Amino acid sequence: MGLFILRRVGVMLLTAFCLTFIVFVMTNLYPNLEKLAKSEGNFRMTDIEVATWLSNNGYRSPLDDQLLADLNAGRITQAEASEQVNTGFDPRIFRNYAEWLGVYPGWTRVDRDGNQRGRCILPGSDPAEAPTFCGVLQGHWGWSTVSKAPVTEALGTRMGNTGFLMLCVMLLMIPSALIVGVLAGMREGSALDRTLSTFSITTTATPEYVSGVLFIAIFTSSAVGLKWFKGTATSAMENPNFENFFLPVLTIALYGMGYIARMTRASMAEVMTAQYIRTARLKGVSFGNIVMKHALRNALIAPFTVIMLQFPWLLNGVVIVETLFQYKGVGWELVRAAGNNDIEMLLAISVVSVFVVLVTQLISDIGYVYLNPRISVT
Amino acid sequence: MKDDYDGPILEIEDLSISFFTRLREIPAVMDFSVRVRPGEAVGLVGESGCGKSTVALGVMQDLGKNGRIVGGSIKFKGRNLNKMSQEELRHIRGSEIAMIYQEPMASLNPAMKISKQLMEVPMIHKGVSKEEAYERALQVVTDVKLPDPKRILDSYPHQLSGGQQQRIVIALALMAEPALLILDEPTTALDVTVEAAVVQLVKELGEKYGTSMLFISHNLGLVLETCDRICVMYSGEAVETGSIEDVFDKMQHPYTQALFRSIPLPGADKNARPLVAIPGNFPLPHERPPGCNFGPRCDYFEEGRCDAMDRIPMEDVPGDDRHRSRCLKFKEIDWNAPLVSTSTNEKSEPGKVVLKMDNLKKYYEVAANALFGSSGEKKVVKANETLSFEARESETLAIVGESGCGKSTFAKVLMGLETATDGQILLDNRNIESTPIEKRDTQTVADVQMVFQNPFDTLNPSMTVGRQIMRALEIFEHGNSDEERRQEMLRLLDLVKLPRAFAERMPRQLSGGQKQRVGIARAFAGGARIVVADEPVSALDVSVQAAVTDLLMEIQREQKTTLLFISHDLSIVRYLSDRVMVMYLGHVVELGTTDQVFAPPYHPYTEALLSAVPIADTHVEKTHIVLEGDIPSAMNPPSGCPFQTRCRWKDKVPGGLCDKEVPPVRVMAGGHQIKCHLADTEFDAMEPVIKIAAE
Repeated sequence: MGLFILRRVGVMLLTAFCLTFIVFVMTNLYPNLEKLAKSEGNFRMTDIEVATWLSNNGYRSPLDDQLLADLNAGRITQAEASEQVNTGFDPRIFRNYAEWLGVYPGWTRVDRDGNQRGRCILPGSDPAEAPTFCGVLQGHWGWSTVSKAPVTEALGTRMGNTGFLMLCVMLLMIPSALIVGVLAGMREGSALDRTLSTFSITTTATPEYVSGVLFIAIFTSSAVGLKWFKGTATSAMENPNFENFFLPVLTIALYGMGYIARMTRASMAEVMTAQYIRTARLKGVSFGNIVMKHALRNALIAPFTVIMLQFPWLLNGVVIVETLFQYKGVGWELVRAAGNNDIEMLLAISVVSVFVVLVTQLISDIGYVYLNPRISVT
Repeated sequence: MKDDYDGPILEIEDLSISFFTRLREIPAVMDFSVRVRPGEAVGLVGESGCGKSTVALGVMQDLGKNGRIVGGSIKFKGRNLNKMSQEELRHIRGSEIAMIYQEPMASLNPAMKISKQLMEVPMIHKGVSKEEAYERALQVVTDVKLPDPKRILDSYPHQLSGGQQQRIVIALALMAEPALLILDEPTTALDVTVEAAVVQLVKELGEKYGTSMLFISHNLGLVLETCDRICVMYSGEAVETGSIEDVFDKMQHPYTQALFRSIPLPGADKNARPLVAIPGNFPLPHERPPGCNFGPRCDYFEEGRCDAMDRIPMEDVPGDDRHRSRCLKFKEIDWNAPLVSTSTNEKSEPGKVVLKMDNLKKYYEVAANALFGSSGEKKVVKANETLSFEARESETLAIVGESGCGKSTFAKVLMGLETATDGQILLDNRNIESTPIEKRDTQTVADVQMVFQNPFDTLNPSMTVGRQIMRALEIFEHGNSDEERRQEMLRLLDLVKLPRAFAERMPRQLSGGQKQRVGIARAFAGGARIVVADEPVSALDVSVQAAVTDLLMEIQREQKTTLLFISHDLSIVRYLSDRVMVMYLGHVVELGTTDQVFAPPYHPYTEALLSAVPIADTHVEKTHIVLEGDIPSAMNPPSGCPFQTRCRWKDKVPGGLCDKEVPPVRVMAGGHQIKCHLADTEFDAMEPVIKIAAE
């Protein structure tokens, strides 16, 4: 078992490594960097100034000296020079990625004013005390340009908020989905089955941005509607209660619930036709006990994997729902970071998502072994 | 509720059961009556689809959503089960009536420990405590002769072997000491020697607990061994009932007679006394003929009489005890008339050696830990150990052995699906043991072909029958144009006696026997010279088996094919093979002509195998040899002789030789080979296992 987990963790790290590299390359494409340079420096920078800023701040390789000299001497025009700036692939990306990971020393240089600057030297700190390596491995996730704070700090509270939201979603979604699925599956084709199946198909077919908007319109509108809940969950960050927190939870939970319920129903219906259920029936076991003692464990094997795979999907819903209900979690932060080109923050969020996905997979594999005695990893 | 009721345990009176589909009502059982007295065992025999399992489920009142009892009554200890509420039924199920099922693996809950599944029964029906229930479970598991009962109780079903699982299912049924036990093909999924042990056990337990039994089977031999009375069913009706002796020796229905003529009994011979297959097919439930259901296939059919009335009534046979037949003409038919031998065939002489195996070995390396591939230590499965034999032109060589003995591995190596570890296979003096099938030339591939066990899975479901055969012809580079291949395909259909119109049909429109014929046509498409038939008829019904076997024999005679007939069914092997090779755990333990193998001296394993096969003939006397335990795993074979763990002759060999050394191959009179340590005097003293009592 230990070896199994070790191997899975190894595979996980490899996957994380590849995925983060892809995200790193995507966020470090030239247009993104150009936007970053302009928002950090000044919006009227010329293309050459942008390229210079990027190389000074360690994002790209330095500009060709000859090009700069030619431009400064007036031998070529501004337009001609900007055409010659490399906006495509830059081998520097590998070094940047290694620096970001923390396996390569962070860049340092001395600027025009004679100040020591570098990746690891935070503004206002003593260059002499700065570490050589500063990447995710050392716990340096970078500087969030939007929050004006280190990413770890900014993301920490967001993750706490989202974690609480997800927990509530799971607590609502999993039990109700399983109950709906088992009830529907135990007597296939009955009126109860038809009703519950219709319900679960409807919920899976309604994405969060539809159901969320509908719920807000129906339950919260101050002009018409029921006024049961609050249309925003901003206050839930400090003081979550039923009134301000139930709607976002329900919106996410409903979508996943239908899916899990469908899976559970199919699995349950199949188990109920199995021969060992007939054995139990002809042993004289009552229907309730057949469902609870004989069918349930067997029926849960398949949906368990689905539930675990549902976690990553929930992240989807989280983005929409957090934005819709103004709940400041990871999803809300993701939208803000993407909108404002906050590269380090985007990278950090993608790393977190990758780990959430991979860890749930691991849990699903291990849990499967416990549920199904026929499978053994040793 | 164990009362002192002394009437019949089960009385089924004019029972009719129908299944309702959207299209129509399908009658599955019609007008069925049977009576089981206390302590009596009644056999219910018939081919698949004749409604025998439906009767069993009807008794349990568990027909599913579509099934309904439309007439008659089922009385258990005088109380009508049809009129009971679900609650009352629940009290009877498991405590008064218990059932043993066909597939033990599927019948046990995979996610529940054996102990829990067993203990549930007394806890529900007698309300006993957990401790008491555990004691009872322990006692019953000991009763069904499982070794190490405590360990067994603590395991999950998948950790047990098939035979052990079936014993657990039997234990499950016996937990509450039921008055009636329904056994639905309880041994079909098991090996012959395991089957013999399980049957023995059921009989013993039946006597011990005084349980009445309803034994459902398609195997007449098994019913003969276990039951007092028999009821033969055909297409939803009981056609003949009576005591075993009456029905087996003085049958009064044409179907029973035809059934007996189509199974290979000792004395049947492929040349002198070939089997007589029942012509035609089993009628589908909604296409039953008017009048007698068996009419269209019956030799005694009389138009205007047998099909005149709606349903033929059951009539008593005068002079016999409760012997009844559903035939209008049974009093007129001369049942003792000898079978007019339709055809005798000339014995074909084996020709030159076509295939030669020399010390063939096949080992598999299995990683101890399958999930991690390379890590963990390797284990070697010795699937075939020093296999040597020759096969001649137009000879039938039977390869016999139970599951796990390596017979299928051998077939794979011969076909080129696997390559041999060591030794050689010579096809016309060319080595083919290490050429995988992709590298074999077309001619070799076409020469060595296979007929598979399960005709239901080996045909492509989305291709017409004709197309599949033509595809085989294309692969064998036969014919130059589609038209030529089409003609050849039609000729092949004629060869396997299928109507030419079948070329356009899809496999799902064919019956099992017809599919197997297509499989045979495909195997012979390239003019195969060696055909490996891997249990070709074991998935088919008795009456179809004879026809398919005959067909194989006929094609073999015409084409001078070498037939390697892999089977576990010794009756059919005895009937059709020229030479027999008996395998156990990868070793060839005995090899000789059919007469040599079926008569003493035997290898101890062959002896046990012969004794285990149920024979549907009341005149046969058998020595009962029940093998203890299961076949050892090929991953961890016993030291010395592979059979030593189960051999009853082991103590006759001095010096514990069986534990230490693999016995040498001994060549007896007439080239008969036996791999055993026993002394010659012991071999000479062996008694024949099967004796046919003089009439």
